[in-house]
Amino acid sequence: MLHTFVAYVEDLPGVLTRVASLFRRLNININSLTVGRSEREGLSRLTLVCEASAEAGHRIRASLFKLENVVDVDDIAQAPAVTRELALIKVAASAQNRSQIFDLVDVFRARIVDLTSESLMIELTGVESKIEGLIEILREADTKILELCRSGKMTMRRGHHTSSVLKAMGAQPEGDAEEYDAPGKATRKGKAIELE
Amino acid sequence: MGSEAKSQASNAHLTTPTRLTGAEILWATLVGEGVTDVFGYPGGAILPAYDALRKFPIRHVLVRHEQGAAHMADGYARASGKVGVAVATSGPGATNLVTGIATAMLDSIPMVCITGNVSSKVLGTDAFQEVDITGVTLPVTKHNFLVSRAEDLAAALRHAFQIARSGRPGPVLVDITKDAQQATAIFDFEAAKPRPYRPHPMLSVKESGLEQAAQLIREAKRPVILAGHGVIESCAMEQVRTLAERAEIPVGLTLLGLGGFPASHPLNLGMMGMHGEAWVNHAIQEADLLIACGMRFDDRVTGSTSTYALKAKKIHIEVDPAEINKNIKADVALVGDLAEVLEQLLPRISGRDGSAWLKTIASMKGEVAVRDIKNLPDSGHLYAAHVMHDLWRITGGDAIVVTDVGQHQMWEAQYFHHEKPRTLITSGGLGTMGFALPAAIGAKMACRDKEVWVIAGDGGFQMTAAELATIVQEKIKINIAIINNGYLGMVRQWQEFFYERNYEATPLVSPDFVKLADAHGIAARAVHTRGEVEDAVNEARSTPGPFLLNFMVEKEDSVYPMIPAGNALHEMIRRPGRDPLEERADDR
Repeated sequence: MLHTFVAYVEDLPGVLTRVASLFRRLNININSLTVGRSEREGLSRLTLVCEASAEAGHRIRASLFKLENVVDVDDIAQAPAVTRELALIKVAASAQNRSQIFDLVDVFRARIVDLTSESLMIELTGVESKIEGLIEILREADTKILELCRSGKMTMRRGHHTSSVLKAMGAQPEGDAEEYDAPGKATRKGKAIELE
Repeated sequence: MGSEAKSQASNAHLTTPTRLTGAEILWATLVGEGVTDVFGYPGGAILPAYDALRKFPIRHVLVRHEQGAAHMADGYARASGKVGVAVATSGPGATNLVTGIATAMLDSIPMVCITGNVSSKVLGTDAFQEVDITGVTLPVTKHNFLVSRAEDLAAALRHAFQIARSGRPGPVLVDITKDAQQATAIFDFEAAKPRPYRPHPMLSVKESGLEQAAQLIREAKRPVILAGHGVIESCAMEQVRTLAERAEIPVGLTLLGLGGFPASHPLNLGMMGMHGEAWVNHAIQEADLLIACGMRFDDRVTGSTSTYALKAKKIHIEVDPAEINKNIKADVALVGDLAEVLEQLLPRISGRDGSAWLKTIASMKGEVAVRDIKNLPDSGHLYAAHVMHDLWRITGGDAIVVTDVGQHQMWEAQYFHHEKPRTLITSGGLGTMGFALPAAIGAKMACRDKEVWVIAGDGGFQMTAAELATIVQEKIKINIAIINNGYLGMVRQWQEFFYERNYEATPLVSPDFVKLADAHGIAARAVHTRGEVEDAVNEARSTPGPFLLNFMVEKEDSVYPMIPAGNALHEMIRRPGRDPLEERADDR
């Protein structure tokens, strides 16, 4: 299954290697990884998406916590969350086919952020399927994609209670409570609902 | 300067912030952390540190190879429970530590390795003897630091000691650039104190879990306690013993758990797993409850996990949350320090009658004894099992035994009965040949008044035999027993059982170990028959200096029982029914 780990890590040299090395050792490919500053001073927030067995989630989270520079880890799994990705797409476009691309960009609620006589750049934010959708349509329309840059996924739980708030309140992120006592029974409640 | 004056001078640094060089800060911080002995080897990038060493009350043991330094620090830690310290220079010095670091990592041994590195200005330029040792050791350390400024050094070192000894212990490496050793900074030991230790956030010992565990124990008909290295690391010997006695539960031990529960205790079943006795493994397979205490269900303990103890519920008490459900699913997991968890669990356990189950296990034991080589009459041949049994008998089981890896290691585990923790020092997880001799030097440095025995095979001994000179230079008394069968015995055994006796690359030519010892100025003698064993061991023990015994044992003897890798725990190759002492053509 697809796992989405959100971690707060110390903003120091080599920390990303330590995180990545853990997945390398388990021979797990990282599908996507985004890192940036967080609301907490000196801490970066990363979102890491990977494919691994359902049982592996617990162990990966426990192993991430064992890294000295990792402060907090949340396994989002199927919990209600907002996930977004940013894409920049540079396509070949001349005066002849520009308007056709403008229409597509409108439908996808994307933006044109750069325009030259021979090319234009599209900025698109959304879930993975939306980005894949625009790319697919552009290809079907015989538009030549000159460059494609995707940020990878960023994820945040829905609702007021962040994972760290839950922890401060003495509760555990969803799914954890049962994990130790009844392995195998740890089913995750709730399904992500995307509200645009 | 007398050692007292030395120690006062250096202790002043600990109370008053003083400007020191990075090299001085290194040693002053170690002194502050309670370090009295280090094991190391100098070189260009660590020379500033060595230059400052004489000012501090620290004994430095010069090794013959940096792998030896790491194993010595490891043996020191295993024997004493303190953090062991190894020092090496950059490049090859640092990479030579790696095997020793990985050995400590796999067995959760608290250790701090200090390496020099090239100056920060040339880091990453492939300078002479430069290697990215923090990169190299990343997967085999609990954590590591690259320090390039003298002012960061004390804090990094203190943090390293905290990490090494906290939670599930492990090795930490601190790599210090040469310019950081040469520069000066204000040294303030107190201010360099690490942030408060943060326990793993997923530790979880819930009331409901404790109650569930207690109920499982109350209701169990055929329970077995599995005691691992965690019993010793957590100092939970008393608690495990109380649990076993109060609820009449037999105890099986992992290799690293030996000594955590007295061998002579009537509830002790001995070592389980690949070379465990048949009754232990059968007991586990027949059990309806396993109480795993500070162990990780290693593959050498479980055999095939798909057939492991299928009838049993499992209670897993473990300090590392990443071990829960890793190999074997736990029905109840109590994730925390073993001694603390058992303290909470014990009040819920009351007297329980386990006699029927104990009787069943006892009947299995009787059947095994008749096959045991130890109980067969002396035919004049020398078997490793005899050597172990006699060593145990003669030393009263009181010595610290440091083994290498292979057949002799398993025979030691079977025939040398450990009553107390930290009396068996062995590389369990990584299985590092060459471990015994250097680790024994470390153990002896930690426990100067203890009798220390190295037991090594002829193969493993040669991997680190250069450390014989270290023994002589440091004037320490260690007894060495080489179990010499002319083969890489355990590999030969696998070839015999699983590769149609194709003894490829396992016959081994060795030097005359008696002469080798003599060349070092170490007394030695060879032993060919069982009749000579007692006298030889006594001679070794009564000789003031180090002593080497070369036991010329049966060449093609095998360790029984054996569970072939990947087989179920009850699918053992048993001791041969025929008389294993029968004459063979290749016998001496």
